[in-house]
Amino acid sequence: MKNNKYEKDEFVLYVVPTYSCLIKPQVDRAMSAKTLYDKLWEAHLVRTDEDGTGLLYIDRHLVHEVTSPQAFEGLRMAGRMPWRTGAVIATPDHNVPTTDRAAGIVDPIARVQVETLDRNCQEFGITEFGMNDVRQGVVHVVGPEQGLILPGMSVVCGDSHTSTHGALGALAFGIGTSEVEHVLATQCLIQKKSKSMRISIDGELGPGVTAKDVVLAIIGEIGTAGGTGYVIEFAGAVIRALSMEGRMTVCNMTIEAGARAGIVAVDDTTIEYVRGKPHAPRGEQWQAAEVAWRQLHSDEGARFDREIHIDGASIAPQVTWGTSPEMVVSVLDRVPDPAVEPDPVRAEGMRRALDYMGLQAGTPINEIPVDLVFIGSCTNGRIEDLRAAAAIARGRRVAKTLVQALVVPGSGLVKEQAEREGLDRIFIDAGFEWRAPGCSMCLAMNADQLQPGQRCASTSNRNFEGRQGKEGRTHLVGPAMAAAAAIAGHFVDVRDF
Amino acid sequence: MEKFVKFDGVVAPLDRSNVDTDAIIPKQFLKSIKRSGFGPNLFDEWRYLDQGQPDQDCSGRPLNPSFVLNDPRYRSATILLARENFGCGSSREHAPWALADYGFKVIIAPSFADIFFNNCFKNGILPIVLDTKKVDLLFVEASRNEALVLSVDLDAQQLTTPVGDLIPFDVDPFRRLCLLQGLDDIGLTLQHAEEIRAFEERRRASAPWVF
Ligand code: SF4
Repeated sequence: MKNNKYEKDEFVLYVVPTYSCLIKPQVDRAMSAKTLYDKLWEAHLVRTDEDGTGLLYIDRHLVHEVTSPQAFEGLRMAGRMPWRTGAVIATPDHNVPTTDRAAGIVDPIARVQVETLDRNCQEFGITEFGMNDVRQGVVHVVGPEQGLILPGMSVVCGDSHTSTHGALGALAFGIGTSEVEHVLATQCLIQKKSKSMRISIDGELGPGVTAKDVVLAIIGEIGTAGGTGYVIEFAGAVIRALSMEGRMTVCNMTIEAGARAGIVAVDDTTIEYVRGKPHAPRGEQWQAAEVAWRQLHSDEGARFDREIHIDGASIAPQVTWGTSPEMVVSVLDRVPDPAVEPDPVRAEGMRRALDYMGLQAGTPINEIPVDLVFIGSCTNGRIEDLRAAAAIARGRRVAKTLVQALVVPGSGLVKEQAEREGLDRIFIDAGFEWRAPGCSMCLAMNADQLQPGQRCASTSNRNFEGRQGKEGRTHLVGPAMAAAAAIAGHFVDVRDF
Repeated sequence: MEKFVKFDGVVAPLDRSNVDTDAIIPKQFLKSIKRSGFGPNLFDEWRYLDQGQPDQDCSGRPLNPSFVLNDPRYRSATILLARENFGCGSSREHAPWALADYGFKVIIAPSFADIFFNNCFKNGILPIVLDTKKVDLLFVEASRNEALVLSVDLDAQQLTTPVGDLIPFDVDPFRRLCLLQGLDDIGLTLQHAEEIRAFEERRRASAPWVF
């Protein structure tokens, strides 16, 4: 037989930079100790096939206008009805205008999509927070704030950032449209169990360092494919000390590390967040729920397939410089140089990113000027994020060089709350635009878009080419860092503010 | 879904890692409420020199000559060769819809993003994971003057090069079966409707606050 050069299997080792990260070898532990993921998985497992494929029961199904029309159409064509309409909750967010809502949606194609959602919800009897309902907003902000996401639930949505809801101790996955149809029709999802990873952020964060910096630093550490095949549990003193909003920011971007889901164990912070929410249980049912929810943590001695430790004190405010969230450095750093990158494929990726971003290797991050600032999205569009940004904006003015600075609350209720606290005035007085809730410039499906070459400091989650508009340049940062960049006209270390 | 049959296809080498679904199908095309017609806008921002709009006739738009799919060698490609973490980002199933509508049946890469990988199987596309060494070799062969044609046999789980080299690959048995037989997984799951109902009742009893 002749020589087949493809025959030999090569094992490829992906080397993870470990400057502040310690990867511990796994230790054998008692088999009975379960991870949080094990518990959540088992609680929803309807059946397992011989090959290990599981059928998972889905408690909550969030729906938005972009990834659902074809699923409803599929149901209709097959003559199927939703299995349990009470599990489903819908709101339009991606396409909605953030300016005057009364005028409706100008873009005819976007309007058809939002109207299609309205019609589908009506036809199938699904609760929808429509465009003019105060409860409307980015689906991942709306779900938790309504108490529609509870600890221990399995949650899906035709949207990758469904990972957000893991912050409540729920098992939450983003799915595609065919799976949306599958869950509508069967209330189940076919899935294989993932491997488990625990990322512990130990110690304490320095002043001015936020959840966004934590998650960007994690992605910088493990890479955008570092979590592929895993469900990640975030743990450690830093995570415990974060508010629910902060935990949601971290879990939200788990998908940017490639993981199937991110989760955080239930503790007092979780319980207090859920208490009194419109759809949270009450009375006796609350008592029973609380007892059950308090079990939602990894047992002492539970075994993880991979463990990572990061020292919280080593994390500084982060700024992405490239076109992938893993292309991230601290605000004190410089734009990295592809010439010193040993891996040729990576070096080429870096060169392409620098070219797209219009940046020179070696430029100090805090000398990069910005043209626009966007504060909002399911990553950083909650009340705490707006408070952090407002604290920086208070009594200051947006730099004259800025083309636009947008603040887009994550939901109508976040907007109302912010207005009660007077945050809208602070932003408006500082020269920011105060908008109606939606995804907005996070993905620029509506009118809020970058023009070619414009550079934006954005609190969203993706800095991909064209994400915020064709040839637009996105730098991901936390809300206070974004507000500071708006005031200074370039990136600055918010700790100096 | 159509059955996945054995075929010979031209390989287009897309030499970038972390190709995200925003690049595969930019957001302005997600406003469609249909499943079809995304092919002309596949890789729109890389493929054309102007900015594409939904419902536009793409036949007269200026092509970017340096983009791989515009290279005459790869015009008829049905196999896409890519780098690591292909399909990352948004869960939009419009990405595999666009790839399938364009004519791609197979994507080969060292790794795929999870949601995209799942979405491919639901749309008759076979994503094949090969180790980086093999992908590197395929990039070399696919970039020669004459396009590389691979024969894809899902039943035997192997690719065959024109000189007869065999490249085995692994696919999850359930997914392989679904592709080969063109099965609808909703129908398959509904065969377990009784079990689902029984589970639901138990869950309603133990966690009534969920319902
Ligand atoms: S805010 Fe951005 S990331 Fe979040 S759901 Fe909307 S488009 Fe997706």
